[in-house]
Amino acid sequence: MAAVSQLQRQFIEYTTSLYNEGYLDDQFTQLQKLQDESNPEFVVEVVSLFFEDSEKLLNNLATALQQKIVDYKQVDSHVHQFKGSSSSIGAQRVTNVCVHFRNYCEEKNLDGCLRCLQQVKHEYILVRNKLETLFRLEQQIVQAGGSIPMME
Amino acid sequence: MSFIHLIGFGLKVGHLLLMLCYSFLTVISLNSFINDSQMKPNKSRKNWMKFLEIFSGNTSKIHDCCEYIGSEKNRKLWWRRLVILWIALGTILSLWSFWYLRSQALEKRKEILANMCDERARMLQDQFNVSMNHVQAMSILISIFHHGKNPSAIDQDTFAKYTERTAFERPLTSGVAYAVRVLDSEREQFEKRQGWTIKKMTSVNKDKYNPEELEPSPIQPEYAPVIFAQDTVAHVISLDMLTGKEDRENVLRARALGTGVLTAPLDLIKSNRLGVILTFAVYKRDLPSNATPKERIEATDGYLGGVFDIESLVEKLLQQLSSKQTIYVNVFDTTNISNPISMYGTDALDTSLQHVSPLNFGDPSRKHEMRCRFKQKQPWQILAISTSFGIFVITLLVGQIFHATVNRIAKVEDDFHEMSVLKKRAEDADVVKSEFLATVSHEIRTPMNGVLGMLDMLMDTVLDVTQQDYVRTAQASGKALVTLINAVLDQAKIESGKLELEAVGFDLREILDDVLSLFSGKSQEKGIELAVYISAKVPETLIGDPGRFRQIITNLMGNSIKFTEKGHIFVTVHLLEEVMESIDVETEPSSKDTLSGLPVADRNRSWERFRPACKIAGPSEFITLIVSVEDTGVGIPLDAQPRIFTPFMQVGPSIYRLHGGTGIGLSISKCLVNLMNGEIGFDSVLQIGSTFTFTAVFSNPNEQQINGQSKPKSMPEFCNMQAVVVDPRSVRADVSRYHIQRLGMHVDIVSSLTNMLSMLTNGSQTVHVILIEEEVWDRDLSNSAVFLYKLRNLDHKISPQLFLLTNAISGSRQNNTIYSPNVITKPLRVSMLAASLQRAMGSNKNHARNGEIPKLSLSKLLVGRKILVVDDNNVNLRVAAGALKKYGAEVVCADNGRKAISLLTPPHLFDACFMDIQMPEVDGFEATKRIRKIEHDINNDIQHGDFLLQDYANISNWHVPILAMTADVIQATHEQCLRSGMDGYVSKPFEANQLYQEVSRFFL
Repeated sequence: MAAVSQLQRQFIEYTTSLYNEGYLDDQFTQLQKLQDESNPEFVVEVVSLFFEDSEKLLNNLATALQQKIVDYKQVDSHVHQFKGSSSSIGAQRVTNVCVHFRNYCEEKNLDGCLRCLQQVKHEYILVRNKLETLFRLEQQIVQAGGSIPMME
Repeated sequence: MSFIHLIGFGLKVGHLLLMLCYSFLTVISLNSFINDSQMKPNKSRKNWMKFLEIFSGNTSKIHDCCEYIGSEKNRKLWWRRLVILWIALGTILSLWSFWYLRSQALEKRKEILANMCDERARMLQDQFNVSMNHVQAMSILISIFHHGKNPSAIDQDTFAKYTERTAFERPLTSGVAYAVRVLDSEREQFEKRQGWTIKKMTSVNKDKYNPEELEPSPIQPEYAPVIFAQDTVAHVISLDMLTGKEDRENVLRARALGTGVLTAPLDLIKSNRLGVILTFAVYKRDLPSNATPKERIEATDGYLGGVFDIESLVEKLLQQLSSKQTIYVNVFDTTNISNPISMYGTDALDTSLQHVSPLNFGDPSRKHEMRCRFKQKQPWQILAISTSFGIFVITLLVGQIFHATVNRIAKVEDDFHEMSVLKKRAEDADVVKSEFLATVSHEIRTPMNGVLGMLDMLMDTVLDVTQQDYVRTAQASGKALVTLINAVLDQAKIESGKLELEAVGFDLREILDDVLSLFSGKSQEKGIELAVYISAKVPETLIGDPGRFRQIITNLMGNSIKFTEKGHIFVTVHLLEEVMESIDVETEPSSKDTLSGLPVADRNRSWERFRPACKIAGPSEFITLIVSVEDTGVGIPLDAQPRIFTPFMQVGPSIYRLHGGTGIGLSISKCLVNLMNGEIGFDSVLQIGSTFTFTAVFSNPNEQQINGQSKPKSMPEFCNMQAVVVDPRSVRADVSRYHIQRLGMHVDIVSSLTNMLSMLTNGSQTVHVILIEEEVWDRDLSNSAVFLYKLRNLDHKISPQLFLLTNAISGSRQNNTIYSPNVITKPLRVSMLAASLQRAMGSNKNHARNGEIPKLSLSKLLVGRKILVVDDNNVNLRVAAGALKKYGAEVVCADNGRKAISLLTPPHLFDACFMDIQMPEVDGFEATKRIRKIEHDINNDIQHGDFLLQDYANISNWHVPILAMTADVIQATHEQCLRSGMDGYVSKPFEANQLYQEVSRFFL
């Protein structure tokens, strides 16, 4: 049991740090609240959907920005998608970079867009790693027979 | 005089030129300004070209210059050239005028000179002629008295005496003498008779002149010795005239011609003065006028000569004339043209101007002339100088004005450009400000939503009383902050004039119902009665800005709710004409007859101060509504009343502490009312209450528009049903009646349960619904019980449904031991009323718990509802679906607009739809528009019987509620949502309260 409680503490600390460092926001909490017995895998499901979507979008963005004539409308709609989905799971830092990204799109600033693409990639990988770690921790807790503590 | 005239004329011309210049420049500059402001440089260029063409006809040059004219610098250069040209022109003009005036003056001077000269010449000639005639007369005298008589009747003495005394007759002669013709043969005899020898004439010095010393004349064929002479010339006696060169010639010519002849001017003997000798021949007999010279010579007896001392004589003559000083007179003998002999006058300095008058002294072979010159040189031409100088000065002035004007124009243009740059900058700044405000408000709203959401959640956890209080306070503050941000945004928009009112058709009653819903919670908490009454004369649909109208009402009602602790808040909407008519009829309204029975401020006084023009009924296409919000609150202190509409102004700091708020609401409301061409006013009595009244002008939609979006309000299931309201207070009963009538029911009002009962017993009418005021019911519960008992025992086919109308959700109701009828909690709204009635009618046993509905959680509202969620973003879709499922809804997902349209084409089973706005291909607005069109078509077809009602689940009026999901909650989006047929919007991600507010409008 000591192991479980230690894992739980670790989980709480880790989650708190994620909130404090701004990787996640309130929306993620909301997401967790939506998960219940009837839908036990909701968060993981949504988040992996987010990962899938994001990778596709990042690829699309990279391709779109490599074109000779950049279709900023296209880029903007990708970024909009990305912004929507990231804000839906509460990946706050990704969302913020998306906001800047869209501004550059509006200005048709290729340099800015490329810089933002790098940033958004970076942030995405960061948050993906963090979330994967979080889920691993969750799994460990569940495997150890403990319950996942709710963040309030 | 002419001088002044000329100056005047010059000034006038100058003035005219000036005016011309000004007007021209003004027109040009105006045009160029207008054009500049319109950003059409081509047109202004054209004007410049025209202008230049007027001034210089050189079109080819203009083509060159118009290439550059666009630039400021070149334009200035051209102006400078023009000014220089102008000044050059002016200088030329002034020089010309100088020359012209000078020549004019010269001409006149010449004329004067000619006149004077001619006058002198004529006089001289006349006098000479007179003298000559006299001399001739004397020659006749001699011929008769000397030669005709023998012995002669004349001797030297007689002659001298006679001539002396008749000298006045010959004003020009200084003396006359008579020489007789003596042939050489007669010389000796003659000399003997006379006693002297004939002497030769030699010119000697005047002083040494001595006739004795003169040599005798040499021997010649004939002699002409002087025998008689006037005393003045007595020295010439005995001189032979034929020996003097001039005299000889004269004598010979005179006797040959028979007329008087003149010598050239010669120095007179002795006197040595310049003189002319006039000689007449004296003949022996009268000769015919056509006698030949030979005959004349033969007949010659002697010669009479007169000496004209021209110099002194002319002098004498001129003495008689005035203005002798002004001119010099010279008299010349010009017989020899190349060498004229001056007879009179000094060789004065040669002033250029001279006039020559010919003189005729009766000797055709001699020519004389008079030359006159002015003594003074021509005086300075003051007139010409001053005129030309004046013209020059005027030119310079005009040039200066021109220059100044051009500079001014250039300066104004520069200023204008500078201003427009500044203006643009200011506008940019304004845009940036607006953007900044929008962004900031959005950026603040987002974290605030987080805070509020967390607080929401925190409320759900187990908290002790203090903690709960803290959380509640925090939440209230957060909400106030969000409201404030919205208000500030509005104020900023209004201030920048960016706020424009929409003109869309809307249902006023629906809006007021919405507002009532918004405040129902609060009013129920406080136990205040909230009611809306809209006059039946107000049309169903109006055209205006529903959002802004709602905002005004919300502001006013919000204030009222804030400051009212007991009593009521009553919103009335009338047509302005209606109120105007009733005011004449209406006597003092009884202060007791109000919604809650508490006294209120006088509504009429709140709009007393409105413009009279506003009170006049307008044309039918515009509808002026008068809306009053009456409360029984604390009232506004008198000293605070004047500044009630000033932004950020509140009655006092204590008020703020008590009630919060920013004090911006009324100011915004006033602005909005003004935008709607209305006015706002109020009347307030401390501790009694306030009544705010405003007018607003809307357009009346024409018939077509009404048909186009007709929404049958009355529900078919309630049509023709009979309802009775039991309420002793007529105002309140009217409100109830108004709402029930909107359902399509017939309404009667009775004042008490007893009356009700008697009506039921006696009347043949079937009563379906009885609505009883709580107040009536509670007054005497035993009486109520009796009523209930009797009601049940009445034999009716349909037993009437009983409803209690109550203000607050009172816990006591449930605890009542006696049978309690269904409860409808005020404020009354159509949707809520209909729902309550439906529920009650559906099943008698199902006790509708209207009072509890607002407290139902979202899950109760949403449970079992079939909801379509449309979003192209998978993650968003999943999250939204998850959230709605959490509340028990049955969720169907669609990931694009097309699917949504096909899913929502009737018949379908969806209760609502949540739709993302920004989607590729078919976005949320477009999808909604299409769905609404499909619904509209199907509804029409069903109405016309083209489709069977059964095929459409027996629903004749399809209208699925569609709510937009959007991350950017801004006003524009909201308005666009409504315009495209959406019913509302929720922010994404979902926020429980907002979701509830929106959803409750459809599912209550």
